[in-house]
Amino acid sequence: MNRHLISAADLSRDDALLILDTAEELARMSDRPIKKLPTLRGRTVVNLFFEDSTRTRISFEAAAKRLSADVINFSAKGSSVGKGESLKDTALTLEAMGADAVVIRHVASGAPHRLAGWIRGHVINAGDGMHEHPTQALLDAFTIRRRLGLQPGAGASGGIGRRAAGRGGSRTGGARTGGGARTGGGGLDGVRVTIVGDVLHSRVARSNIALLNILGAEVTLVAPPTLLPIAVDGWSCEVSYDLDAVLPKSDVIMMLRVQQERMTAAYFPSVREYSRRYGLDAGRMAMLPEHAIVMHPGPMNRGVEIAAEVADSPRSTIVEQVANGVSIRMAVLYLLLGGAELSGEAR
Amino acid sequence: MHARTDEGSTGDGPGGDSPGSYKRVLGPAEIRRVLSRIAHEILERTHGADDILLLGIPTRGVPLAERLAGRATEFEHRTVPWGSLDVTMYRDDLRLRPARALGRTELPADGIDGKTVILVDDVLYSGRTVRAALDALTDLGRPRSVQLAVLVDRGHRELPIRADYVGKNLPTSQHETVRVHLAETDGEDAVLLGEWKEALA
Amino acid sequence: MEDTVNGAAGTWLLRNVTLPGGQRTDLLLHDGGIAEAGSRLTAAGAQVLDAGGLIALPGLVDLHTHLREPGREDAETIETGTRAAALGGYTAVHAMANTEPVADTAGVVEQVWRLGREAGHCDVQPVGAVTLGLGGTRLAELGAMADSAARVRVFSDDGRCVSDPLLMRRALEYVKAFDGVIAQHAQEPRLTEDAQMNEGAVSGRLGLSGWPAVAEEAIIARDCLLAAHVGSALHVCHVSTAGSVEIIRWAKSKGWRVTAEVTPHHLLLTDELAEDYDPVYKVNPPLRTAADVEGLRAGLADGTIDCVATDHAPHPAEAKDTEWADAAFGMTGLEIALRAVQQAMVETGLLDWAGVADRMSVRPAVIGRLSGHGILPAAGSPANLTLYDPAAAPEPVDPAAHASKSRNSPFRGVPLPGQVVATFLRGTATVLDGKATS
Repeated sequence: MNRHLISAADLSRDDALLILDTAEELARMSDRPIKKLPTLRGRTVVNLFFEDSTRTRISFEAAAKRLSADVINFSAKGSSVGKGESLKDTALTLEAMGADAVVIRHVASGAPHRLAGWIRGHVINAGDGMHEHPTQALLDAFTIRRRLGLQPGAGASGGIGRRAAGRGGSRTGGARTGGGARTGGGGLDGVRVTIVGDVLHSRVARSNIALLNILGAEVTLVAPPTLLPIAVDGWSCEVSYDLDAVLPKSDVIMMLRVQQERMTAAYFPSVREYSRRYGLDAGRMAMLPEHAIVMHPGPMNRGVEIAAEVADSPRSTIVEQVANGVSIRMAVLYLLLGGAELSGEAR
Repeated sequence: MHARTDEGSTGDGPGGDSPGSYKRVLGPAEIRRVLSRIAHEILERTHGADDILLLGIPTRGVPLAERLAGRATEFEHRTVPWGSLDVTMYRDDLRLRPARALGRTELPADGIDGKTVILVDDVLYSGRTVRAALDALTDLGRPRSVQLAVLVDRGHRELPIRADYVGKNLPTSQHETVRVHLAETDGEDAVLLGEWKEALA
Repeated sequence: MEDTVNGAAGTWLLRNVTLPGGQRTDLLLHDGGIAEAGSRLTAAGAQVLDAGGLIALPGLVDLHTHLREPGREDAETIETGTRAAALGGYTAVHAMANTEPVADTAGVVEQVWRLGREAGHCDVQPVGAVTLGLGGTRLAELGAMADSAARVRVFSDDGRCVSDPLLMRRALEYVKAFDGVIAQHAQEPRLTEDAQMNEGAVSGRLGLSGWPAVAEEAIIARDCLLAAHVGSALHVCHVSTAGSVEIIRWAKSKGWRVTAEVTPHHLLLTDELAEDYDPVYKVNPPLRTAADVEGLRAGLADGTIDCVATDHAPHPAEAKDTEWADAAFGMTGLEIALRAVQQAMVETGLLDWAGVADRMSVRPAVIGRLSGHGILPAAGSPANLTLYDPAAAPEPVDPAAHASKSRNSPFRGVPLPGQVVATFLRGTATVLDGKATS
């Protein structure tokens, strides 16, 4: 794996599966009385958040602490009015503090790339502007894999069955081989994922599209034309403006948050029209195949892109996405920091 | 100076993949007898294995634990539980190589509290893997006691650790490599002894 | 070694130069002019420069430079900027008006003009703002600036677009009274709010707001039609898209008085360089696609684009050593422009040296209404000359060694051919042996 996790698009299929499989093992920890592993003891992880995001920051903090790392939270003002220290000066301060890894969330696309040039530690992108949010895509893929029963050793291969998420170890005497060589299975090959909403401004969408393709899924985007990037034809996915047509052919439907401010910039005429054409309500949910799941990276605009009853239905993975986030972030921290330092220059 | 690891437990020890010249020290028949003997010993020492739990250390400790549990079940006419305990996160040599994939940890629903846990591994060498397993057990609960069963003890301990049940004592020099093959993972049952090939960085 | 300071002025005998048309000749510079041109000239008391293998270009004229003084002297001053220009082979530069305060009065333009004369490295021709404070709502006192000692003829709000069509029309009409020209920075503001880089495949992937080509092309089309309608002259700054070239070609074919410039960086670089989010590649108008580079080169070759103008835009380190969205737009260019043009146009066979002389000196001088510059070296012409060695081995560009105060060059580490050996401003050497004389 690279020194840094900045972009899901940079992961190979093997890298991605390694992260998912590692998270699979770490997820079992949440059943144990002692939810701590000694692996990153003595290492320092800094959460450098220039954008408010309590949930993501807490998730990374929990992940680091469960691996016994020391966590330092560094909240800073973003750029533009009211700007404090420059990103570069902040980076040099962290470097002086000996941060082994910096988790950065920033309003500007490309901030992690700049940071990687200024520090020796590992950089983990927790969301940069409109560019990428790789750990979100990883936890989304992990959630899909579990919900659709596609994780390695889940049993019957082929056919996407609807399975409850496995929890903890409660097998006795079962025939099982340990974590051996990955055969390439455990991906999302052939899974039909539909992403709905403001793709143009969404780092979650970009990361997911990249990672889903790497894992073999088939991606379809549904959005008004104004919310799709101009060169989307060059992306590895289908595009549709008609949500109803796509619903029956989706194994996963991923709703993106739509910001009300987009209305004033004339991306769509009104929230009502957006919701009417692109919102997932109970009626549309009924058009999904029986096994299909509904996902949302959060925070949700209940009643705009997703109806309350859909968000709260059993098909919805919204709550477990949060739990899976900690396991994924533990896996990422372990894989980046837990082994030997890779030779070679910082990215 | 090469870092020694216990070959066979994670399957990626030094010695490269080239077989070089290997001597077959144990074949399928011997391994079968040895495992039966160990199973009997376990039952004897634990007075019928009332509350034992066999935990195999991935990779090859796991099929061994399964086989031992199967034998013990046969002899006692009662189900003897087994599972797996991955120790990767507790190793003391993590920083010497790129981060490794994790093995599966699978425990019975009632955990390890109050049980006699018997760790099962294929080769006992420096003892560091077992030390890591003991630390892992501490975070999982409080067993009544912990014992160790290994297929091969090749000497050269670096920590004060000894096995309770040994399949074969195999004195080796540090230049030699011990490889265990099992039908479940390698298609055959064998214990192989050979020359150490230079590990590539 | 002769004392170059004293020796910079005086009489010069340049032996065996190659003129842009290819002929070899000697040139005798005396009293600010080329006294004689011929073979085997002699002159007692003249300093001799062996110019074998060197091309004698008319002194380069830049229609578009940012010297930052007054107001942003941390990035550049007229002194450092004009020294950089001379090192790049320039004998005259047009200093854009987006200083602090804005050059929208006779007072500021005269200040800039005077500082240029005092520095003495090259002629500084101030450009006047079109609107007060570059605000885009009220015309600045264009007449006062034209009548001032600076004799402003080129007016531009560069940095901003004169987007109000009515105001642009009025400005085009008004300058007819004194043979002025409006130089437009073509950028429809409503289509480029918070734009960061070219809108295309790369911006979509990088998650940076796009600056679509149509935002430039639509303004150019509108302004060409306006200029034709009122019978005035339009100059288009830093053309950056192949579509813009086509529109200008069409306008010229109608006989309309439209001229255009292109920067050296738009002749060589594309938006793919933004991949690593290094803001040294952030510029307005942005770097575009390979197809645009091709269209611009063809346009410069066939004369649709009249000239190369550097849009030299120096910035202090902290303005570029930051995240992309926070970084300033702009690239330096004075010191490498000629080498970049050699790379993009001469090495590719698109332009010969006569063409380079035309695009980098003759035409810009005409557009800028500058007398004394842009005249091919011949007996009787002013001694504004650049001696250039096109055969100098390609050297990686090193901004740390530049005379400009700023280091934001996108060509750092890129090998470019050629070297400016000497520059003469009215017979005085401002650059000798590749180094500034003062």
